[in-house]
Amino acid sequence: MLTYTIRRLLLAIPTLLFISFIIFLIVKLSPSDPTAGLPLTIPPEVREQIRESLGVNQPVFVQYFRWLQLMVWNEPLHLIEGWTGWNVAPESTTRIISYQTRSPVMDLIMQRMPQTLWVVGISYIVGIIIALPIGIISAYRQYSWFDQLGTFISMLGFSVPTFFTGVLFIVIFAVNLGWFPSVYDTTHVVTDWDSFIVQLKQIIMPVMVLGLFNASQISRFMRASMLDNLNQDYVRTARAKGLTEKVVVLVHVLRNSLIPVVTVIALNVPAVFGGAIITEQVFKVNGIGQLLIIAIQSGDVPTVQTVSFIFAVLIVLFNLIADVLYGVLDPRIRYD
Amino acid sequence: MRGLRAMFDTSANKKLVEVDGLKMYFPIYTGLLRRHTGNVKAVDGVSFDILEGETLGLVGESGCGKSTCGRAILRLYEPTAGSIKIDGEEIANVGFDKLRKMRPTMQMVFQDPQASLNPRMTVAAIIGEPLSEHSGKSRSDQLDRIYELMDAVGLNRDFANRYPHEFSGGQRQRIGIARALALNPKFIVCDEPIAALDVSIQAQVVNLLEDLQKQFGLTYLFISHDLSMVRHIADRVAVMYLGKVVELAPREDLYADPLHPYTKALLSAVPEPDPVAHDNANRTILQGDVPSPSNPPEGCNFCTRCPSVMDICRKIDPEFREVRPGRFVACHLLNDTKMPADPTAAVEA
Repeated sequence: MLTYTIRRLLLAIPTLLFISFIIFLIVKLSPSDPTAGLPLTIPPEVREQIRESLGVNQPVFVQYFRWLQLMVWNEPLHLIEGWTGWNVAPESTTRIISYQTRSPVMDLIMQRMPQTLWVVGISYIVGIIIALPIGIISAYRQYSWFDQLGTFISMLGFSVPTFFTGVLFIVIFAVNLGWFPSVYDTTHVVTDWDSFIVQLKQIIMPVMVLGLFNASQISRFMRASMLDNLNQDYVRTARAKGLTEKVVVLVHVLRNSLIPVVTVIALNVPAVFGGAIITEQVFKVNGIGQLLIIAIQSGDVPTVQTVSFIFAVLIVLFNLIADVLYGVLDPRIRYD
Repeated sequence: MRGLRAMFDTSANKKLVEVDGLKMYFPIYTGLLRRHTGNVKAVDGVSFDILEGETLGLVGESGCGKSTCGRAILRLYEPTAGSIKIDGEEIANVGFDKLRKMRPTMQMVFQDPQASLNPRMTVAAIIGEPLSEHSGKSRSDQLDRIYELMDAVGLNRDFANRYPHEFSGGQRQRIGIARALALNPKFIVCDEPIAALDVSIQAQVVNLLEDLQKQFGLTYLFISHDLSMVRHIADRVAVMYLGKVVELAPREDLYADPLHPYTKALLSAVPEPDPVAHDNANRTILQGDVPSPSNPPEGCNFCTRCPSVMDICRKIDPEFREVRPGRFVACHLLNDTKMPADPTAAVEA
């Protein structure tokens, strides 16, 4: 298992280099101008100077390798210095700078990561907690009214996009009923019971919108996987052993059914870090998704490139984790 | 059935399993509203007894309801009708908890040794699970029992912590047998236990089953489509066709002198190893296909393919009765008494 993991990690390096280069080309070759957002009164010569100072007139390959050097060497040094306090990154080590804010991109990401992890992460956990029992009961009572209702709701959750359900929730619960605020205030600090209630109220809508979306997907997986296993011969064996129905379903069937579901859950974790670009926008959560959208709009190449690259790393990493989990959970699969 | 009871009540062996009028229908739902429009009559009124310590072979072609019958007898399905008594206790309609307590008496060896073992459990866990569920033994006692069972079926004790996929087909079937034996059952349904195995392994497993029968005094219902293997292991043989038992007889009588036309056809299909005899074999080749169990023919189930079909066969379902001592057949050909046929039906015909 260890050799397999190491081999996969080594293989990930060329994959990631290739991905980063493709992202860079796509972002760079798209017709966007980092000075387009500046006031029109700025004369063309000054604009040209700004471009020159940002380094956008250099050849694409030079820019790419410059970014790569900053990403894989300078930024980790800064990270280590930030964690340990060792003086490994002197002031002169340059960092990846955002065109828009002129501050290091990593700092922007670090500022926004907590909001995203908090809102999107909770919605993912809520989604899983809702989905697993629904999937299990739906499969066990296949074609019952519960199953039919569950199928209907998850089809709805699957097919209706979050920008629609989000706005619908705002119209119903924020505008008409006035129960919850429509905007998520990230500056709110929980200090006592009352502020906790305020936090709970403002987080409930984005969490439910995303949670229902996630739940409908995972509950379908859980149901399909349970159905696969419920008809297996070993379930009949378990019944013939004279086990209680609870043990048959929750020990024999569920443990085998969870193998594919756990890997699907692991594969979707990078999406949590990526934030929900649209839902964050709808509820004004200033997380990673929103950062990416604003950066794309203003042609902020370093930010788009760095955020996308981090997503790519997470996706490659969690693919590996999903594969390793498969090996851990299923004794029939051994990598060596 | 009355005759059989009367005959064997006098014999030394008592009846361990009594099946009477067992029916297992699977409902069919069709149409937009999924209305109940019919039934697949997988087992349609089967009656037989199994004596303590004997092996009853249950043979028939694919899809005739052998396995369904075996599963229904152990209440792995909910039977539609009929009575099943095992060791004197009625199990056809007892509640779930009571049934669970009775599970140790009756066990099953399944056809597919790969699929019938939970892939995420070790051999020790598979064999030991019934022990922890029913016996209330301590962990170390359970382990002793697991090792004892592995010895009994000829598995190396070192394999206790391996998973089923690491074994060969024959070894997996031994695990399945050890699991079935764990709680000292009296009655074991062997549902085609050798069908998924190599011929070289089949003999080993059958011999193992025979040895275990002697050792523990087990009673088997041995379901198979392999007529020569049934001839080897069974004391009496029941032949099934389309959900019904058409003939039930002691082994030697059945193979020497089959009475039902279907049994004759079935036995004539057994390959003959002697080439001269093979060429001269007078085979009965049945025409057509087995009718659908959801829509069986009127009268005798076999009337659509029977080489000696008569008019009465298409009208009246023959009674399953004792035609000679110990031999039961459901066929009008053997009804030497006057046909109790409906006179109007005879005129119409």
